[in-house]
Amino acid sequence: MSDCQDSLHELYRYLDGELTEDRRAVIQHHLDGCQPCAEPYDFEAELRLIIRKKCQEQVPDALVAKVKAALLNEAAKTAGPASDA
Amino acid sequence: MVRAMADQATFADQAMDLMPSLYAAALRMTRNPADAEDLVQETYLRAYRGFGGFEQGTNLKAWLYRILTNTYINSYRAKKRRPEETDLDEVEDLYLYRRIGGLEAAMAGRSAEDELLDRFTDAEVKEAIESLPENFRMAVLLADVEGFAYKEIADILDIPIGTVMSRLHRGRKALQKQLYEFAVQRNLAPPPKDDTMSDTHV
Repeated sequence: MSDCQDSLHELYRYLDGELTEDRRAVIQHHLDGCQPCAEPYDFEAELRLIIRKKCQEQVPDALVAKVKAALLNEAAKTAGPASDA
Repeated sequence: MVRAMADQATFADQAMDLMPSLYAAALRMTRNPADAEDLVQETYLRAYRGFGGFEQGTNLKAWLYRILTNTYINSYRAKKRRPEETDLDEVEDLYLYRRIGGLEAAMAGRSAEDELLDRFTDAEVKEAIESLPENFRMAVLLADVEGFAYKEIADILDIPIGTVMSRLHRGRKALQKQLYEFAVQRNLAPPPKDDTMSDTHV
């Protein structure tokens, strides 16, 4: 019973990869034998994948060009012969 | 001087590849494409100028996110008089699972719940994240979208690890509540059976 409570309590740290290896093994062992605990784990893991997948963005070409130009301009400023000497 | 220039040449090679994820994060932060573009450009400029201070071999992505976050906080959030300190309603753990996890059985397919989750549109997921109050939004974004470790998030946001964990815990629940509302609106999930679930407690 307390194994189930522990497992739910540590669900996010498990999914976040923040448990020690020992702790992780204990939880994994529990999940292997406890379907009621494994289900929410699978659900949360799947939700995480969905969130990551659906938050992708295409960078506008214009932005890439603007950043490159800004960096070149910055490089020209710092390497500029007129600045000191 | 020579070393600085060599560093800055390397910078472009290493940092440009990270633009898609920085731009996506900037969009979630500013919630506005024009501001997001400005924020990304400003971040690259600051990073370029400060690249000499970056320790090669450490996490470039985390370093860039720290600059992105600081630039956002200083330049964009400063437009508001005070930072957004809205609090969140307390909702139960596994909020979404308890409401739609069971539909899996009803749909009789082994991966039915996965399919159900996959029916959320990109726009809904983005909007759900953007609906979170800023403190929670940043933590969820860095952990769930970008996959940073708690320690890295603590460094990026300059807050203790315990605060990272509590913001994540509450932000994720609020995110799930918002997703559930989208699911109900689109008839992907049954509406709440009584009003105690649907809104704030009195």
